[in-house]
Formats: sequence, structure tokens, C-alpha cells
Amino acid sequence: MDAQVDSKGVSAAAWQHDLYDLLRRHGITQFCYVPDAGHAVLIDRSLADPGAHSIALTTEEEGVALCAGADLGGARAVLLMQSSGVGNCINMLSLIKGGRFPFLTLVSMRGDFGEGNPWQYAMGQATPAVLEAMGVIVLRAERPEEVLDVVGAALTMVFKSGQSVAVLLTQRLIGAKPF
Amino acid sequence: MALTPQELKARKVALLTALPGVVLDRGDAVPKLIGRHEDFLIVSGLGGVAHDVGSVTGDSAHVFPLSGAMGAPCMVGLGIALAQPKKQVLVVTGDGDLLMNVSALATISVMNPPNLAIVCVDNGHYGETGWQKSHTSLGVDLETIAIGCGIRRTMTVSTAADLAPASRFIREGNSTGFVLLRVKPTEPPHFKRNFDAAYCRERFRRALVG
Repeated sequence: MDAQVDSKGVSAAAWQHDLYDLLRRHGITQFCYVPDAGHAVLIDRSLADPGAHSIALTTEEEGVALCAGADLGGARAVLLMQSSGVGNCINMLSLIKGGRFPFLTLVSMRGDFGEGNPWQYAMGQATPAVLEAMGVIVLRAERPEEVLDVVGAALTMVFKSGQSVAVLLTQRLIGAKPF
Repeated sequence: MALTPQELKARKVALLTALPGVVLDRGDAVPKLIGRHEDFLIVSGLGGVAHDVGSVTGDSAHVFPLSGAMGAPCMVGLGIALAQPKKQVLVVTGDGDLLMNVSALATISVMNPPNLAIVCVDNGHYGETGWQKSHTSLGVDLETIAIGCGIRRTMTVSTAADLAPASRFIREGNSTGFVLLRVKPTEPPHFKRNFDAAYCRERFRRALVG
């Protein structure tokens, strides 16, 4: 994939590649996702990685249950989804909360900064509240240079402290879709 | 409004006569199908199957029992199977539980771990909520759905003679297996469930990975 360069001259694809390497260094071997443009690099990297399982989901709640299963089996997983998928996960997050499973999700945002599709606002604006209502800690990454720090903090919170954490990759970071 | 015990009983009698092709009793069929339960890491779904499995295994470390999160068991099983390729993983779920997230079968068939088997105990009803008919009493065939999702090894078990082959089927094979176990809509055996998911998680992990 060609690197996209934003107004600050930072390559969008570069942080995404660094992010994949960070997740792999922390022992994540199961990458599950409903595809989204904001996660394209992570998805492609996981598909090409013989050391990882790349699991395409039909709905995001499948990924919540998969992450719990990975933990039961002694492995680490991450769920990649768009903010609209957060709503699909609500009841399944009772498994994470009740079982005190470590849980990491990276959420590419729609319906926030500069969104051009009005359909995206309802779930996009509700995303932090929905996650927090189900006991998931919400962190945000707004700029390319802070992504690794924020996800690094999340990895510690999840896999050292057993928390469930969502990192919102905002539209300031990944760019708003103009449609 | 909740049904009285008399109304429930009348409804179940009517159901039994309405499904003449279904002969197996879950209390007899599930233990025979599972066989030596220590051969597996087991995920059990909510509702009747929690009792079916618990009465076979007891409250054991190699079982992760779900009593909520409807629709979760198959995907929890996939996560374990991918993490533990040398262990045989068995998911036991009910028809209502499976129907809630039936597209998990599509996700699983794409991954196709050979160490995963799914048993759906199909009584055609939502037994815990008042014996309402589920879609499988109304023309939906979950084995056909599994085949359509691309699951390569499937079978339907509807007679006692099928149980021994099915018990071998869930232990072998080079791709994910799916068994539809058709049973009468009768009460499962009683088992006092462990509702502490965090405890069951810790116990499962400690026994498996230390």
C-alpha cells in the first residue's frame, strides 16, 4: 500500500506498520476484524504473517467471544473494528466483564471529526458511552505520533493488569470520509 | 405472564406429539455422544446444554461454562482451538444459542481448525423461557446452514445408532466438524451450574497453561 502523507508530513501507513509490529512484539497472535479502511494495514499484515491468525468476522460480537477464547487458550488477541461495530458488541461484552477477561480493541472512528455521512453520527457519538457502560476503558489517539504510546499503554493495561480497553483511532488521525 | 406448571406441561406434551420424528432424549444422548469428556477442552452454551454438559463433566477445570452472552460458544471455541492446536476442542451449544450468532459458522469454516468440533443440541425450542418454538421447529435446518457456510464435515444425529459414529466423528478428522443432535423437547438433567465466570476462567487457564 502506498504511504499517505498528511498535512504534517507524517506517513499514515508508517504508523500503521509500526502499530502492527508493536502488537506482535506484545505477543498478539490472533487478529480479528470486520474490515475497515482505517485498519487496512493491520489486516493486510496479519494476512501475510505466518506467525499470526487473521480472522475475518461477519459481525464484531464474534470477535469479543473469540478474544475470550484466545485468552482461555493462553493466547493474546485484538479486535479491530469500526465504531459502528461497537454497538454490535454490547451484550457480548458481558462475557468480558463477568469473566474479567483481558480485552483489547482498536476502534477506527466514524461519525466524529469532519464526518460527511450523517448515518455515522448516531453510533459514532455513542461509541465512548456504550463502551464505558459495559466496563471498557476508553483511550483516544488523535495524532500519528501518539498512536504507539497510547496503544502501548493499552497493552500494559490489558495484558499486565487484566483490564478491557478500547483505543479510539479518531477521524483526526485516520482522516474523515468525505461521503 | 409466566405460564403455570400445568400450562407448561400441556405445552410440552403437545410439542412431543408434534415432533414424531425425534426420538432421542438429551439426558441419554449427550453423555453417549461426548463419551470420555477428558479428551476435550469444552465450551458449553447457556440453557439446557449447561446442564447436559455439567452432568457429564461435573464442575471441572477443562470446561468453560457460559450462562449468558448468548451466541458466544462457537467463537470462544474457535479462539481456544487456534491457541491450542494440539488439543481437541468441543463446543456444545443449543439451537437458540447457535441461531443467535449462526454466522459464526461462516467465520469458523474459513479458519477451519481441525481440532474443533461443534455439537448443537437441537430440541427445537427455547426451553428456559417457556418452551416457545425455535426456528428449527419451523423449517430451519442448522446442518444445512453449516454446509452452506462451508463446514466440510457435518452430520445429523437423530437415532441411537448414530451416537457411536458421532462420538468418533467429534474426535477425528482433518477439518472442523459440526454435529446436529436432534432431541426431544424434554427437561435436561439437573446440574448446579457454576455462574462465576472469572473463577472458571482462572481455573481453565491454570489447568491448561499454568
